[in-house]
Amino acid sequence: MENSAPRFQRPFQAKGSALNLHEYQSKVLFREYGIPVPEGRVAATPTQALHAAEALGGALWVVKAQVHAGGRGKAGGVKLARSLDEVEACAAEMLGRRLVTHQSGADGLPIDRVYVESGSDIERELYLSLLVDRSSERVAIVASAAGGMDIEEVARTAPEKIFTVTLHPAAGLLGHQSRRIAFGLGLDASQSASLGRILNDLVRLVHECDASLVEINPLIVTKAGRIVALDAKINVEDNALFRQQKLAAMRDPAQEDERERRAREHDLSYVSLDGNIACLVNGAGLAMATMDLIKLHGGEPANFLDVGGGATAEHVEEAFNIILTNERVKTLLVNIFGGIVRCDLIAEGVVSAVRNTGVDLPVVVRLEGTNVKEGMDLLAGSGFDIIVASGLTDAAVKAIEAAERAA
Amino acid sequence: MSILVDADTKVVCQGLTGRQGSFHTAQCLDYGTRVVAGVTPGRGGATELGLPVYDTVAEAKQATGATVSMVYVPAPFAADAILEAADAGIRIVVCVTEGVPVLDMVRVKAVLGDYDCRLIGPNCPGIITPDSCKIGIMPGAIHESGSIGIVSRSGTLTYEAVHQTTSRGLGQTTCVGIGGDPVRGMNFIDCLELFEADPATRGIIMVGEIGGTDEEAAAEYIADHVTKPVVAYIAGVTAPPGKRMGHAGAIIAGGKGTAEAKYAALAEAGIATVRSLADLGDAMVRALADREDATPGVSPIERGGASAAGG
Repeated sequence: MENSAPRFQRPFQAKGSALNLHEYQSKVLFREYGIPVPEGRVAATPTQALHAAEALGGALWVVKAQVHAGGRGKAGGVKLARSLDEVEACAAEMLGRRLVTHQSGADGLPIDRVYVESGSDIERELYLSLLVDRSSERVAIVASAAGGMDIEEVARTAPEKIFTVTLHPAAGLLGHQSRRIAFGLGLDASQSASLGRILNDLVRLVHECDASLVEINPLIVTKAGRIVALDAKINVEDNALFRQQKLAAMRDPAQEDERERRAREHDLSYVSLDGNIACLVNGAGLAMATMDLIKLHGGEPANFLDVGGGATAEHVEEAFNIILTNERVKTLLVNIFGGIVRCDLIAEGVVSAVRNTGVDLPVVVRLEGTNVKEGMDLLAGSGFDIIVASGLTDAAVKAIEAAERAA
Repeated sequence: MSILVDADTKVVCQGLTGRQGSFHTAQCLDYGTRVVAGVTPGRGGATELGLPVYDTVAEAKQATGATVSMVYVPAPFAADAILEAADAGIRIVVCVTEGVPVLDMVRVKAVLGDYDCRLIGPNCPGIITPDSCKIGIMPGAIHESGSIGIVSRSGTLTYEAVHQTTSRGLGQTTCVGIGGDPVRGMNFIDCLELFEADPATRGIIMVGEIGGTDEEAAAEYIADHVTKPVVAYIAGVTAPPGKRMGHAGAIIAGGKGTAEAKYAALAEAGIATVRSLADLGDAMVRALADREDATPGVSPIERGGASAAGG
């Protein structure tokens, strides 16, 4: 049940798939579950930030940009303020800007809100996370005395500093597991008891909220010896959103890639990449394999796009619309393995998508499966400039050639 | 010969009266699968596709002697359906349903250990022994009875592997789509063990993708326990870290689960790999030929299909 080996695997912020909560939203949940957090308020304008600081009182505040990316501190998204004027100034500086961190992508993420929090007296910084560990197929708790640092860096350089326990679903978190983490972190007896309560509350939160990740970095020990969650990150598994209506309503579309969001709303799965050959494929595996083929033959894929098993005309047309909003795209490659859905029907869908979207880029199509000949004939005789490919390799090569001609 | 399912396998369908269950069960019946009953709570006594419908799996099993269940019930109820089948004494549960919450699967896996029951899936195309038994949503017509065992995390990539082995004249013994979720039933190693023990399987195609370390574990297992030629392909070389590529399980996280790491583990274990999906069939033909060249007494004719062309 326990394992000190660092088989650590944190799901990064997976934009457009998992539901990521902001820090301020996560801390609302922490309070509901009794997990200690500093006093804080969210603000959307510098004036609101000022009022938040006034209401909190004290003489030290932290102004934190609310974006769905880690590494905010280094990127200037977390600032200390020692006066109300400074709070207002920090908020004014952040709000309306985009924050670029090592996790945000080059374009950064918009700062629409800041979280104003009372400053804390930090004695020690620890790391704590709960996640579904796929190798043990259980919920795991990962803790480290090296808080405030990038946990992957710790895993690489000082794996002995990371403690992992996995929870049997029938037993839940056992007392000895909590103690093991507490001793590992070097806590005293009273702090160990506090940590035990926090761990129990976090395990309850993971199960009741279907969290695929709860990460606290840092979890601090204050100078007074209290254990407090200074940061809070919660990812909710999207497969469970049907039973997490309250959390689903916390989604912040502004933090998501526009095309990825739109694809999700149409039951398509889309991920932006940097190349110029757009892919439209049925099945996630084949969609990845198609990207890999393009790269293998010297091209650059513009996106991952899975239209799903059905590949209906409606889905294909919406996929075209999403792809065509990307100005880098020079060629479309449609790769469909028609199984249950016949290739001639898929071909009709592709032709109607070409007609209805008025796409003026080369479209390369590879079909395989049931009624493939009828499908190819339909494409070739459509009157549109559709390049019919005779296999996977041929499709990749023709798409790359077409992209080079169009570039 | 085959693994897990054959022409005698009797199958119940959980969720038969739903749209998906009814559509795909009709296809399975057309293929010749012995689907003998359906299960939909509250619909006991009804008839669907000419099959009797029962309220519980236990009743369906008792009345028909079925040993396998295929599950099409909606994701919120899938975990319960899987465990109902296990509790009724079903030996193989094929869960096609996608979108099952991972914490549900964590519980299912912990409980399933108490039963003599194998789970395939969830979020998978299912299992097929060509010309004998199709359980799932794969297109039956592309398959051909033959000598290659296929195990894959991805549905459409399984179909590509099937198509290429069919067009090269190799055919398949059994194809298992183990599914794209991070916590699932049977894994590569379970299938590799069965293919190794199956006399009709001459070679094995393994199709993996980014995320997790199951391919690495499989590579180690193959090096130690598999004597038959294995050809492996991994999808997702170009996938960026931190982005879920469709399947819940297909995500590079914490620097782990990259396609390159998997290719490296496979190469270290001496396993033949292909970088292009288009090369799977030809690589299998080559791997079989190499093996048989090294084995005296096998005539070139028996290598069959090595000259068949295909794209």
